[in-house]
Amino acid sequence: MNSEKRIGINGRASDRANAGVSADTGETSTGEKRVKALLTYPPGAVGKPITYSLVRQFNLWINILHAEIAADKAGRLIMDIQGSADDVDRGLRFLTAEDIEYEILNGSIVWDEDKCVHCGACTAVCPSHALTMDNLDWSLLFDKEKCYLCRLCTRACPVGAMSTPI
Amino acid sequence: MGYKSFEEINEKIRSKKAVVVTAEEIIGIVDEKGVGGAFRDVDVVTCGTFSPMCSSGAFLNFGHSDPPIRMSKIWLNDVPACAGLAAVDAYIGATELSESRGMEYGGAHVIEDLIAGRKVKLRATSYGTDCYPRRELEAWITKDSINEAYMFNPRNCYQNYGAATNSSDRTIYTYMGTLLPKLGNVNYCTAGELSPLICDPFYRTIGLGSRIFLGGAQGYVAWQGTQHNPSQPRAENGVPIGGAACLALIGDLKQMDPRYIRAAVFEKYGVTMFVGVGTAIPLLDEEMVRHVAVRNRDIKTEIFDYSVGRRSKPSLGEVSYEELRSGSVQVGSRTIPTAPLSSLKMAREIAQTLKGWIARGEFELQTPVAALPREGSPQALEDCEGE
Repeated sequence: MNSEKRIGINGRASDRANAGVSADTGETSTGEKRVKALLTYPPGAVGKPITYSLVRQFNLWINILHAEIAADKAGRLIMDIQGSADDVDRGLRFLTAEDIEYEILNGSIVWDEDKCVHCGACTAVCPSHALTMDNLDWSLLFDKEKCYLCRLCTRACPVGAMSTPI
Repeated sequence: MGYKSFEEINEKIRSKKAVVVTAEEIIGIVDEKGVGGAFRDVDVVTCGTFSPMCSSGAFLNFGHSDPPIRMSKIWLNDVPACAGLAAVDAYIGATELSESRGMEYGGAHVIEDLIAGRKVKLRATSYGTDCYPRRELEAWITKDSINEAYMFNPRNCYQNYGAATNSSDRTIYTYMGTLLPKLGNVNYCTAGELSPLICDPFYRTIGLGSRIFLGGAQGYVAWQGTQHNPSQPRAENGVPIGGAACLALIGDLKQMDPRYIRAAVFEKYGVTMFVGVGTAIPLLDEEMVRHVAVRNRDIKTEIFDYSVGRRSKPSLGEVSYEELRSGSVQVGSRTIPTAPLSSLKMAREIAQTLKGWIARGEFELQTPVAALPREGSPQALEDCEGE
């Protein structure tokens, strides 16, 4: 069975993570690099201590934002990866060598405001608190900065107003 | 204590002198002027709701083809419609799923497409009769190409409803939305103090024949809703604690606005339909003023554990809508985040729209032709015993 679980969620980026990062390249003014990556584990690969290796071997700062992992199925892990630009690149090459597919996530979920009925169903599942209700006019509020593209809202939205950027 | 009749209020509406406010606005007026002052100054209070309501659908009559067919099976955009009526009559239920697209498209989408004026593919088969020789038909229809198209929703507009949570260790997918494991969230689904039957808890002004806002058009209360449950326990103010009465609604689909009828897909549950409903409550006397001025803090409901897949789900306690609206509720020692499924923003828009119709003299109040039942509760269904 698909035992979906979410672990280690930490919606708040640390001060370090926020320090002078360019949103376009992930490069910081100090030669640091920060990327948000979606890792797809093939079935059977979940036994590998990937995160541990990224931290120990490549000196990377890892923040797991979202995880759906089951031993017998392909798993999905979304993480913030930060370190020197060289270390980040080496870490990403290591993932490829370990048969872990990754996708660098840029931007945030796309909210189609014309379709949205402001019901609030997406706020029930949003782990990052990017989606909340305005408690005065009861519109949906979307803080793109907080979104880490876990995509739960795209499935929870009853009217198809939430989609993944292409 | 004074009394205003429906007729007196309608006279004011016709002369565009009626004072109309929403069920949220009346609260401030009562605070400022008292119940007596509000009764003197206000004639009508409007309510609204915009929620997923599964028990919805539409009757359609397609007109006769040549040669004619007695349709015995019908699909609209591949969604089966009930054909067990006369030759070219059908009922399309909101939750029926597409045979080719499954849960992503269903009866509610067909209804939404029709209201929006889009073309819908009709396919029908028949066994053929002497009077209806044809056995197969394919045709494009729109709401303007067919004869009658009226929405008839057997159960809408619930008077309050239980909130939902999930104590199990896996995510569950319900008509109350996605419920995260281990009491990860509480979802709730009414407009609270703006909700039609919460503002008229004993059905003094709403009954069979009441004119309403339905999907952007003028519709009517046709009957009590299925599973109508006026015997649900009530708080001191008369408001039931949890799901109680409900309404069967009817209205002309051709006059509706796609803004107020929206197809919805609840993940791994299926298709349902957001239905926009508004009601107008005449302030007949001070008692009605007290009813419509009910506040979220005085409207209570129970939180049910949907991880228990049984008819009766355990209650984890009672909460007020003020607590639900605050963003989190306390269950035992846990603080659990809350999320609405019913759009208060749209409910407000509906109450304001209806207020405008009445203020401009475009919508008169209809005295109910019969009262809704004020007693009784739904029966349970038991399995066959023995053979």
